Amino acid sequence: MYITVIILPLIGSLISGFGGRLLGYYGASIFSTVCVILSFFMSIFIFYEVGFCNTVCNISLVPWFTVGTLSVNWSFLFDSVTAVMLIVVTSISTLVHFYSISYMQSDPHYPRFMAYLEIFTFFMLVLVTADNVVQMFLGWEGVGLASYLLINFWFTRLAANQSAIKALIVNRVGDFGLSVGIFSIFYLFNSVDYATIFSLAPFFQNYHFVCFGFSVNSLTLIGLFLFIGAVGKSAQLGLHTWLPDAMEGPTPVSALIHAATMVTAGVFLMIRFSPLIEYSTTVLSTLLIFGSLTTFFAAMAGVFQNDLKRVIAYSTCSQLGYMIFSCGLSCYNVSMFHLTNHAFFKALLFLSAGSVIHALSDEQDMRKMGSLATFLPVTYSLMFIGSLALAGFPFLAGFYSKDFILELAQVSTNSNLNNKLTALACWLGSFSVFLTAFYSIRLLYLTFLNSPNMSRIHLSKLQESDFPILLPLVLLSIGSIFVGYLTKDFFIGLGTIFWKSSIFILPYHSNFIEAEFLSVKSKWLPFLLSMFGALLASFTNIVTLKLGYNFKFYTFFTFLINKKWYWDSIYNKIVIYPILLFGYNVTFKNLDRGFIELLGPYGLASWIPSWAVNIRRLQTGQLTHYIFFMILGFCLFAFLPFCLSNVVTFTFPVIFYLVLVFFI
Amino acid sequence: MYEQLNYLSISTLLFLISVVGICLNQRNILIMLMSLEMMFLAVSFNLIFSSILLDDIVGQIFSLLILTVAAAESSIGLAILVIYYRIRNTITVELLTLMSG
Repeated sequence: MYITVIILPLIGSLISGFGGRLLGYYGASIFSTVCVILSFFMSIFIFYEVGFCNTVCNISLVPWFTVGTLSVNWSFLFDSVTAVMLIVVTSISTLVHFYSISYMQSDPHYPRFMAYLEIFTFFMLVLVTADNVVQMFLGWEGVGLASYLLINFWFTRLAANQSAIKALIVNRVGDFGLSVGIFSIFYLFNSVDYATIFSLAPFFQNYHFVCFGFSVNSLTLIGLFLFIGAVGKSAQLGLHTWLPDAMEGPTPVSALIHAATMVTAGVFLMIRFSPLIEYSTTVLSTLLIFGSLTTFFAAMAGVFQNDLKRVIAYSTCSQLGYMIFSCGLSCYNVSMFHLTNHAFFKALLFLSAGSVIHALSDEQDMRKMGSLATFLPVTYSLMFIGSLALAGFPFLAGFYSKDFILELAQVSTNSNLNNKLTALACWLGSFSVFLTAFYSIRLLYLTFLNSPNMSRIHLSKLQESDFPILLPLVLLSIGSIFVGYLTKDFFIGLGTIFWKSSIFILPYHSNFIEAEFLSVKSKWLPFLLSMFGALLASFTNIVTLKLGYNFKFYTFFTFLINKKWYWDSIYNKIVIYPILLFGYNVTFKNLDRGFIELLGPYGLASWIPSWAVNIRRLQTGQLTHYIFFMILGFCLFAFLPFCLSNVVTFTFPVIFYLVLVFFI
Repeated sequence: MYEQLNYLSISTLLFLISVVGICLNQRNILIMLMSLEMMFLAVSFNLIFSSILLDDIVGQIFSLLILTVAAAESSIGLAILVIYYRIRNTITVELLTLMSG
C-alpha cells in the first residue's frame, strides 16, 4: 500500500499519456482520476497508521547505485511530515483532477494534460517520501520538469512558452544551490541518507569548511545552500519572479502547482532538514529575514495587481513567506500546519478563480468584472470563504495557523530575548496581515460586488459552472473551514506527540509556551489589522474617493507596485540582458566565432594558402635562383652546427628570423 | 715540397669561381656548362692533389672516373642544349622560365 500510493499516479500518467488516443476523453479522465483517488484513500490510511498509530515506516527497495562510500537506495520514508504532505498532495491533486474533467473538457490535448498532472503528482510524492537526499532531488527536479510541461501546456502561446522557460530556469538557479548543498552534505557526512545526516548533525556543530582561506561553519553552509534551493522552489524574495508569470498555464495547474504542492516543496525541504538547520543560528536568521521580506513584498505587490490569478499568485508568495519565516522561528510544526491550511484555501481560491474565468469566457482582468455575486452565487460564496480563510478570519483555517505564527513572532519581541530580527519579522508579518485582508477583500469587491464592467455579450452568457467544477470547490471550502480547527491540536497543540522524531526543535529555540501567555492586546493585533484591512478595502470600493487619485506620488507609488517593484525589469537590465549580451558578444562572437575559430579551422584555412603563395613564388623558374637557393641551403647546413655548438641561445632567434624572412 | 694549403685553396677558389659563374650568369647557358666543367676540374684537381699528398691511388682513380663522367655529362648537356635551341631558337638562361611554380 505504501509504495502503491506513489506508483499509482505514475501508472495513471503513463497510461493516459501513451494511451491517450485509445482512451479518449472519458477514458483518460476516468482512469487518471481514479488513480489519484485511490492514492488519496491510501494516503489517508497511511496518515492514520503513521500519524496516529506511531508506526513510522521505512521501505528500502533496491540499491540505486553504489560508488565507494556513496550508496543510494530506492527507499521510502513515511513519517509524520511525509504523511501530512501525502494527504495534502493527493487530496489537492484529486480535486484538481476532478475539476479538470470539466474545466479542460473542450481541450483537444486533454489526455496529455491529465498525464502531466499525474506525472506531477508522482514526482511530488517521490519528493516527499524519499528517505535520502538524492531521491528527494529526483522528485525535486521532476516537479520542476512537470511544472514546465504544465505551464507550457498551451504551447502555441508565446507567453506560455516564455513563462515556462522562466519558471524552469529560475528554479534551476535554486536547484544549483540545492545540488551544491547535497554535495557538501555528502562531503561532510559521507552519506546521503536522512537518518545518517540527522543523527550526525549535532556532532558537526563546530566543524568548519575551509575554502579559499575562509572558514565557514559546515552546517551553516549546508543550510544556506539548501535554503537557496528552497528560495527557488518556494518563490522567496530574489527568485520569486517566476511564480506570478507561471499563471500562464491553465487554472487547475495554477491551483495544483503554484498553490498547494510544488511551491511547498521548498518549505517541506526546510521542515525536513529541521534537525540540521536547528544547529545554525545564521540559517535560521536568514530564513526569518527572507521569509518576512517575501511576505511583506508579495502582499504589497498583491494589493495593486489587476489580474485575478496574479493577485492569488502573490498571496501564495506571501503565505510561503509566512511558512519560511515560521521555520526561521524554529516552529516547523506551525509552518507545516500553515502549509496544510494554505493548501486548502489557496486551492479553493485558485479553483474558484478558474470558475469565474470559465464563466467569463477566459477574462482574467478584474477591472472587467464586477457584480458577479448575482450571477454566480455559489462561486461567490465559495470564494468568500476562501478569501476569509486567507485573510485569517477567526475560526477559519488561516486563523489558526497564521495568527499563531504572528504570536510566536511576538513572543520573541516581547520577552527578554530582545531579538531585533524577530522584531522586524513581526512587524513585517503583522503589516502583511493587513495587506492580505486588503487585497482579498478588494478581489471580492472588484470581481463580485462592484457594478458590472464586462461586455454585454459576456454578461448574457454568464452561468454557473457545472458539477465537476463545483464539487471540488465545495469540498475545498469545507476543508478551508474545518481543517484548521480539526487538526490544530495534533499539529500545534501543546505537547503534541504527533510529529515524533520527524521534526526536531532545539529546547532553547522552542517558545510555544510563551505564546500562550502573550498579552491579550498582541493576540488581538492580527485580527484587528485584518479587520482594518477589510474595512479599508470596503471603504475604498464603496465610497468613490476622488481626491487621492491625482496625486503624483500616489500614482507613482501604485504604478511602481503594480509593476512588482520593478524586480523583473531590474533583473532583466542587470542580470539577464548583460548575460545574454555576454553570451552573444563575448563567448559567441569573440571566443567561439573569433578567437578559437582564428586559431582553429578558419585561421589555418586562411593562413596556409597565403604562406603557400609565398613558397610558390620562390620557384621563379630562373635557373640562377634555384642555384642560389641550393647554395644558400648548403651554407645554412654548414653554418648551423657551428651556431648550435657555440651559442645555443642565439640559435633559436636566428632560425626564427630565417623562417620569418623566408615566409615574408 | 708542395704547400698543401695553396693547392687546396687554388682548387677551392676554382670551385667558388665556377659557382659564382653559374649564379651570376643570366645570359648564356654555354657559360653555365663551362662553369660546370670548371667545377669538375676543381674537384678532380683536389682529388689528385690529395692523392699525391696522402700517397694513395684512390684519389687518382676517382679523378679518372670523374673525367669520364664529366665528358659524358657535358656531351649529354650539349645534346639537350642543341635540342632546346632547335625548339626555341635561343639559349638565353633568363627565358628558361616555363617551369615556374
